[in-house]
Amino acid sequence: MELYSLTIHEAQEQLRQGVTTSVELTESVLERIDAVEDKVGAYISLQPEIALRMAEMADERRAVGEDRPLLGIPLGIKDTIITHGVPTTAASKILEGFTPPFDATAIDRLRQDGAVFIGKTNCDEFAMGSSTEYSAFHPTRNPRNLNCVPGGSSGGSAAAVGADEAFGTLGSDTGGSVRLPASFCGVVGLKPTYGRVSRYGLIAFGSSLDQIGPITKDVEDAAILLNAIAGHDPRDSTSVNAPVPNYVDDMKQGDGLKGVKVGIPQEYFTDGMEPGVAQTVRTAIDHLASLGAELVEVSLPNTQYGIPAYYIVATAEASANLSRYDGVRFGLRHDGGDMWNTYNETREAGFGPEVKRRIMLGTYALSAGYYDAYYLQAQKVRTLLRRDFEQAFEKVDVMVSPVAPMVAFEINAKVDDPLQMYLTDVLTVSLNLAGVCGISLPCGFSEGMPVGLQIIGPALGESTILRTAYQYEQTTDWHRQKAVL
Amino acid sequence: MKYQPVIGMEVHVELNTTSKMFCGCSAEFFGIAPNTNVCPTCLGMPGTLPVINKRAVEYTIMTGLALNCTIQPQNVFARKNYFYPDLPKGYQISQYELPLCLDGYVDIDPDSSGNTKRIRVRRAHLEEDTGKLTHVNNHSLVDLNRAGVPLLEIVTEADISSADEAYAYVSKLRQLVRYLGVSTGDMEKGAMRCEVNLSLTDPETGEWGTKVEIKNLNSFRSVRNSIEYEIERQTKVLEAGGKIDQVTMGWDEGRQVTVLQRVKEGDTGYRYFPEPDLPPLDLDPAWIEAIKANLPELPDAKTTRYTQDFELTLKEAQVLVEDKAVAEFYDRVVAEAKGTKAVTPKLISNWITGELFRLLSETGTDISEVKTQPKQIVDLIKLVTANTINQSAAKKVFGVMFETGRDPQAIVKELGLQQISDADQLIEIAQKVIADNPDPVEQFKNGKETVINFLVGQIMRATRGKANPKLAEQVLRDTLKN
Repeated sequence: MELYSLTIHEAQEQLRQGVTTSVELTESVLERIDAVEDKVGAYISLQPEIALRMAEMADERRAVGEDRPLLGIPLGIKDTIITHGVPTTAASKILEGFTPPFDATAIDRLRQDGAVFIGKTNCDEFAMGSSTEYSAFHPTRNPRNLNCVPGGSSGGSAAAVGADEAFGTLGSDTGGSVRLPASFCGVVGLKPTYGRVSRYGLIAFGSSLDQIGPITKDVEDAAILLNAIAGHDPRDSTSVNAPVPNYVDDMKQGDGLKGVKVGIPQEYFTDGMEPGVAQTVRTAIDHLASLGAELVEVSLPNTQYGIPAYYIVATAEASANLSRYDGVRFGLRHDGGDMWNTYNETREAGFGPEVKRRIMLGTYALSAGYYDAYYLQAQKVRTLLRRDFEQAFEKVDVMVSPVAPMVAFEINAKVDDPLQMYLTDVLTVSLNLAGVCGISLPCGFSEGMPVGLQIIGPALGESTILRTAYQYEQTTDWHRQKAVL
Repeated sequence: MKYQPVIGMEVHVELNTTSKMFCGCSAEFFGIAPNTNVCPTCLGMPGTLPVINKRAVEYTIMTGLALNCTIQPQNVFARKNYFYPDLPKGYQISQYELPLCLDGYVDIDPDSSGNTKRIRVRRAHLEEDTGKLTHVNNHSLVDLNRAGVPLLEIVTEADISSADEAYAYVSKLRQLVRYLGVSTGDMEKGAMRCEVNLSLTDPETGEWGTKVEIKNLNSFRSVRNSIEYEIERQTKVLEAGGKIDQVTMGWDEGRQVTVLQRVKEGDTGYRYFPEPDLPPLDLDPAWIEAIKANLPELPDAKTTRYTQDFELTLKEAQVLVEDKAVAEFYDRVVAEAKGTKAVTPKLISNWITGELFRLLSETGTDISEVKTQPKQIVDLIKLVTANTINQSAAKKVFGVMFETGRDPQAIVKELGLQQISDADQLIEIAQKVIADNPDPVEQFKNGKETVINFLVGQIMRATRGKANPKLAEQVLRDTLKN
């Protein structure tokens, strides 16, 4: 077996035993990238020299007795996450050439843990999209079927993991952007509770929704990465000041799923769903029951308002968050002669159509006379959705559903139909609006493409969803069925 | 006046915290090379997040309490969206619907008569300052050193009716922020910036006219002058049958006129919404109470104490209270004099507002640099009340004390200014004065009482001012009787 195909915990074990080195792991991944990246297009930029230097340093640290779970493990980082000294573009032309002078908190923590950074992964521009087709640079292809999208917006992060071009990656999830591509590519993606991982250094899309999350080959790897990046950060006032458990230890607790109450939200199994997806997820739920879980029908009655509320809140926040790209201090600048023309021409040239569409939507939603009808109303919906989840979690420990009503679709199938694209998020956005956590893990195939099982937990319920996911994974082998490239 | 002015003011006060409002950069930016006092956060780089400066919140609460406002324990920061090169994020973090301070007032006394007028404060909220633009030829240079410095915006109701009242209001605000120590209040350095909203009422209906905003007011004088100018300009327009447009005018300090800056669109274009990067600020009421308990004595309370407890006139009290450092110096001297009956607060006030003020202004010294200790002033006054030295000698001593910081007793001794309060020493001199001035003595004996002053003056001259004038008179009278 090639080194690049190992999971993080397997590679970790080999490093500990001295069977391999971080340099060897890194070289193996770089060779794999050489072999398949042309087909997949998972990365926006690669930093092989930096990676090898980091690997050497990790090996030196290990040589003097240091042993941390991520020491020497090569990772890919979504390009919406700020990396010191490495170009960070959020897949937008407007940030082309921007090299940040600081690190995101999550990156800082991974650096301290000795992780190795391979490159910056592709995504939809400013994380706005569900297919990674809205990257200003190039699309990413699904390693399971190169004619299909990898999902989005963290499509590069999921494809890189699916294609063994990284041992794990960081993505970011505003309305499903970690879970959807994980589901489409047949890998594991975790969206932590809002505030669990610092947003400092995550290029903002919808500030009240954004979370950084790991995308990995299996559940244990997700727990390892979450252990590293979770925790309070004084630089992010919205980060939660609560102790971080050891998710790997927590995940392995319990006897199967005995005593775990698994809720099935009826609104998450709708008529519009692809029958193969529904069938696969139903089978997975039965499997959970066979592990001892108690299945409970629950209701999240305001689910239907999730998508409209999400597209108002996210775009409203985005419209302000993206105002800083004005050509004055960094990134692209088109000199238009005077101030207003410079603004207009810079933003005209720098932003892609989907980003412009969302800026306009958000600006409209916040405008005088419309604020109450849109933004304020959406915030009220948010309160209702949060209450839905709270009430459901009074009855159950976790909830399960598909991640999306469909499997990965073909490239170009929805790119000109924004509304259809928005509906791919129908089963994921409510978690962001309510601030709760969720994980996507492979649970089978429909029409030859992977189907993701979404396990939803309450705020700070990461241990519970990881445990449920881990028990499922330990008794199935979907996660071992790799893409063939 | 035919048209009654209706004026409201918005004053921005730069808080002198150590660091900026939302990042760790220094809040001190004056005279620093452009764009060197910056970090990723105040440059608005992607991925950066604001963190609230607790001290700025504390300063705002202090000011709000001093303005008699209600402090809102639950308050919210909001984004005010607009594009301008001095605004790095494309939005200013400010407060909109739930500001820190609401519904206060300030009592002003424009003519120092004691007849105060109440100016209601609608709100006071915290926000971040912008950078600075310098226009050179066809270009604008951006300096973001100031971007993110905490700014307190204080908004009044339209309770101000004249340029003098506006002047008194901003003076009072400056006095307050200086008393609180939350800002330098230096208008010339931009630490206090005023905007005036002015309209004239229709004399027949009493309705308010169209509101005009005046900006670019960089001094107290410009506040007064611009309002006077604008009242005159609008009056002329109205009297000529014209109408006032809703505009923003800028004050041209050189030409002493207001000039049209832009046509106003109202604040509806800012698309305010709650700042998602900052959870609502949920203040502990105990913290607010603690801040309240630690507030320094404010000017109005001081004035009242001086007039009621110390029996100073209102004018005297106001002169002392005007500058916090002066009032504190005065308080220290008064405290030092405690238990010494003869050294009254009134006497101390006379010395401070008289001799000390004269010396300060003559030498261009700030009160903070004064070498003289409160105890030395008390000692000096004691020397006068005990008749050890007379008033004119005391002034001389005070001058030396001010210059050298030495004790008055030592100076009196060195200069030999000790008053002659021994009658025996004066008898001989009195006899000589009587012998040398036969004519005035004759006049006195014929009943011209006032001549005694001339004779006392001769004794003072002969003793080079050291004689106790009262004693000298007594000795003279006794000698003349014999």
